[in-house]
Amino acid sequence: MRLLYTQVGTLARRAMLKTLRQPFQLFPIVFFPLILLAVNASGLKAATRLPGFPTHSYISFAIAVAFIQGGMFSLINTGTNLAEDIESGFFNRLALTPLRRVALIAGLLVGVGGLGVLQSGVYMLMGLVAGAHLHAGFGGVPVILVLGSLTAVGFGALGCAAALQTGSGEAVQGLFPLFFVFIFLSSSNLPRNLLKTGWFHTVANVNPISYLIEGFRGLYIYGWDGTALWRAFAVAAGLTLVALVAVAGAMRTRLQRT
Amino acid sequence: MSGPPPGAPAGAAAASSAPASPPHGGLLRVARAIAWRSLHTYVRRPDLFVPSLVFPLVFLASFAGGLSALGDIPGFSFPAGYTAFQFVFVLCQSAMFAGLFTGFTLAFDFESGFARRLMLAAEDRRGIALGYAAVALTRAVITLAVVSGVALAAGMRITGDGVDVFGLYGLAALLVLVGFGWAAGVAFRFRSIQAGPLMQTPVFLILFLAPVYVPLGLLKGWIHAVASVNPATAFLEAGRGLIGGVHQHTALAFACALALIALFGVWMLTGLRRAERAS
Repeated sequence: MRLLYTQVGTLARRAMLKTLRQPFQLFPIVFFPLILLAVNASGLKAATRLPGFPTHSYISFAIAVAFIQGGMFSLINTGTNLAEDIESGFFNRLALTPLRRVALIAGLLVGVGGLGVLQSGVYMLMGLVAGAHLHAGFGGVPVILVLGSLTAVGFGALGCAAALQTGSGEAVQGLFPLFFVFIFLSSSNLPRNLLKTGWFHTVANVNPISYLIEGFRGLYIYGWDGTALWRAFAVAAGLTLVALVAVAGAMRTRLQRT
Repeated sequence: MSGPPPGAPAGAAAASSAPASPPHGGLLRVARAIAWRSLHTYVRRPDLFVPSLVFPLVFLASFAGGLSALGDIPGFSFPAGYTAFQFVFVLCQSAMFAGLFTGFTLAFDFESGFARRLMLAAEDRRGIALGYAAVALTRAVITLAVVSGVALAAGMRITGDGVDVFGLYGLAALLVLVGFGWAAGVAFRFRSIQAGPLMQTPVFLILFLAPVYVPLGLLKGWIHAVASVNPATAFLEAGRGLIGGVHQHTALAFACALALIALFGVWMLTGLRRAERAS
């Protein structure tokens, strides 16, 4: 068991350093969600004047989206890194060592979880600077860090599954717009009760991303909203579970080829 | 449409026919050959045309559908409705991105080595720029037709008259050339698809730093200050004025678009000279 921890720890460290040392991977994680937040929070500030809008601070409402966007960048970065390892033959060489197979992916995902904590901390800090108010108080900080990390792991595992399935970094990159559509078709810009267009309201209601966003958002604008929180954790955990099943299947096929 | 067979080296075909003809004839021949080849590739490859259609449709669905409640904000007045209000943004964005995506194609052609061979074969290399500009405009026609069709099917109202609508699409055509001029200048300088973010990011930012969701008057703080001097604001306000039949900054928008075309035309042609020296 101790050997497994060492293997996972080594691969997790490598996964984190690989992202932290590449500015072109780090830049989108940190700045893209913040730029979008700045633009949307200013452009949509007038929405707080709508009857039924839950807060007077649009930035407190919108900051939740940054955590989801960060998770989606985890998908791209983790998937691309793993695909690069597959393309370069590094993954095959690793698979031929006595390294336990579970450590191959667990190491990557622990690294993603660590990065998820870091990126969530950065979003919280920048949100605080920009005027977002965390209604849940100091106790909400660790909850956001854990939820942010779990979200990153869930999306990261999806990236791993795609990389193992296709073995191509380009194919993984192609998934980004697809997942971005899920954010657009959710309650990212307005609360669900203010989505007036019938079909859009229906899509947002069945889109799990809406519930993930509302978990983060609840901590910012309502404080401790149990329903929003358990739904968000359920979505993040469900996403992770589904992705891990996909990883296991793709891993089996990939290692058979090896 | 006449031209060389699919997949044939267009520039070579152009160059092989009458090299002693007048320069403008060579320019048009090269442009036509490039336009034929690129359009042929575009319509035969779903991985190229699907993203250029999906993005505007997602924006239209997300903004016009998801944010329709913004039409009820006190002080928001747009008689044609929120779908038409957002359609103009999507139209401008699609037009500029049609130009950008063509810049990607040019960069990719450099990276694959095709554009370098084209530089050697073309009678008049300005024809390369002209040919890709024609591609950008034709791509935009396809995208804008689909987006307009979907918006009308979704119940968008147009309260402007025929001349106004003609003006709206005329403005969109100019924006295609603005986007293409910028992207082609970058592509000629870097000659690599790695420069894609450099083409895309400034245009994306300029578009989103304009009054996208609500009119300029309802923006507050720094975004109002930025949007007030952003040329994209003139494009959006003019477009919304044209679709609604109430002219607003129309002359300013056309003047800005023409000025940007002239500016990016110089940027593109100086980039072409650099690419010539590097070939």
